[in-house]
Amino acid sequence: MFQFINTILIGITSGAIYSLMAISIVLVWRSTRVINFAQAGLALLSTYIGYEVVSRTGSYWLAVPIAMIAGAAVAGFIELAFMRLLLKHTSSGPIAGVAPIIATLGLLGIIHASIIFIWGGHDVLIKSPLSNVGYSIGKQTLVFSPMKLAIISSVVLLVLALSALFQRTNIGLSLRASAFSPEIARLAGVRVDFIRTLGWALAGAAGAVAGLLQVSNGNGSLSPDSMEFPLLLISGFIAAVIGGLDSLVGAVIGGLVLGLVISFVLMYINGGLFFIAPFIILLIVLLLRPQGIIGAKVSRRA
Amino acid sequence: MHRQLGALRLFGFIAGGIFLYFISGRVDELRVYQGATVAVYIVAIAAIILLTGYSGQVSLGHGALLAIGGYAAALMRIHYNAPIWLCFSIAILAAAIGGALLGLAAARLSGPYLAGTTLALAVGLPSIANQFSLLGGEQGLLFDVGSPPLSLGVGFTQYKWFFWIASLAALIAIFWLQNVMRSRYGRSWRAVRSNDVAAQLAGINISRNKILAFTLSAGLAGLAGALLAMTIGTVSPSAFPLSLSFSLLAGAVISGITTLGGVMIGAVTLVAIPEIAAAVANRFGTSERVANNLPGFLVSALLIATVLFVPNGPVEQFRAARSRTGVTTRK
Repeated sequence: MFQFINTILIGITSGAIYSLMAISIVLVWRSTRVINFAQAGLALLSTYIGYEVVSRTGSYWLAVPIAMIAGAAVAGFIELAFMRLLLKHTSSGPIAGVAPIIATLGLLGIIHASIIFIWGGHDVLIKSPLSNVGYSIGKQTLVFSPMKLAIISSVVLLVLALSALFQRTNIGLSLRASAFSPEIARLAGVRVDFIRTLGWALAGAAGAVAGLLQVSNGNGSLSPDSMEFPLLLISGFIAAVIGGLDSLVGAVIGGLVLGLVISFVLMYINGGLFFIAPFIILLIVLLLRPQGIIGAKVSRRA
Repeated sequence: MHRQLGALRLFGFIAGGIFLYFISGRVDELRVYQGATVAVYIVAIAAIILLTGYSGQVSLGHGALLAIGGYAAALMRIHYNAPIWLCFSIAILAAAIGGALLGLAAARLSGPYLAGTTLALAVGLPSIANQFSLLGGEQGLLFDVGSPPLSLGVGFTQYKWFFWIASLAALIAIFWLQNVMRSRYGRSWRAVRSNDVAAQLAGINISRNKILAFTLSAGLAGLAGALLAMTIGTVSPSAFPLSLSFSLLAGAVISGITTLGGVMIGAVTLVAIPEIAAAVANRFGTSERVANNLPGFLVSALLIATVLFVPNGPVEQFRAARSRTGVTTRK
């Protein structure tokens, strides 16, 4: 029973982080119909910027907003200066479907190399702002710690803020309209190009938080070559696919489902399945329910 | 006429082989080893061009298929002491079976979904090696193709032997692939690529075509994996990292993803870039961390530049430029 509760708590914590990453993938997909494989690199870069802030000022809670702003700025800049040009150049021909994927991979490589140029390839440590020692019930200690509680609360706060943005503001309305139909949105006076850049920027900010929280959820060490970030990308992608790739609510649900499933697989089946379990889950989802658990019924064929 | 052309092409490949034979006698060991690596990359890049360029599917996980080939070859060698050619054949077969399974799933997915799925596979597969003791864990397995036969002379080095095997395999693979491209299947792939609805109306079974492309591409990748294992001497999870999948795709894009004609360009680029980076780092006396990462940076930058400026690759661009000036070329 105790182990069961622990498993659920671990699953929800990592699921919350996957949800954030899934949100950033969904935001980019909705605004430009591109799966941004560079999102892992962007998250890593913003996390390093957060590390820089923590090590200079000592304040973790100052680092979070600065990393978010930096992530948003870099992502927005990439959309503005690069992706727009690229999508215009390769809108037709056999390369059209392939080019965005390849381009974001190229970006990933450049961001990764730049990080090593600046910060070096060794591990750095981001000191956790809260205790990572679990709460105790009676004599037993849960794995659930103040840090994990803070992770879950910050994700909940961010998701609430995002949904308020989408549901209650004019900008949110423009974002939804441009995702629904760029042509019609443009006719209605929405500046679709600006909205696209904004979508990327929001994604960059969400990815930055996901990166920082992922590091703090672990042992706090950060290195450009750790498998954490590719895994974060994969998990975010899978969570987004589970949720239907087009819906923010779906992304959150997808993240939690994925986090819980992985947590249970690792605890009750085999701990060595850590890397291959996401792939199997993704295959099952894509083969059984390719439109996602709450997605509309649209085919995923080309 | 057709048969004559085929014979001519075969003759060209044989001439190429003889040319390589004489070259391998005249350069130093390092270059011979690099030549072997180029041959390995040629096979791997050709596999990606077949898949992405001809059937429009993107795989970010070809490193995983290379790993299947490498492990299959090593296992055959260790447990059954099989001759090299059999090891390579089994490698091709094993990877092709893996590819067919993946292709079954892939045929139902479009671009970004397939890319994400294969990426998840590439991230996940190496950890399987740690799960089964048969596969040797982190250290991996030895793969020793043996020393060159004595009949080739005393001066015939191990690297030269690698180079011979790899070049022969690459020549056969490219020759075979060129013929496949000109066959019924090659034409159907091109038809599906340019307009899938029209192709379907013409009676082409799209998903069967896609699965076939995936299977053949995986077989080539398996061959490349076994060749790579041969040049390294071992197979281990670290021999097939995520970055291998990425650089192979980069090589394919730099070669021109839509034609086989430029496959040399990408393969040579992938081998040359670390050399160039080292030379640049030496020249400017940069720190070690910059020097170690310059290759990755250069490959990525080249990849992005190619996608932006010559999206269909240099060869296709050249052809297009020629046909614009009035010289008609076969499309």
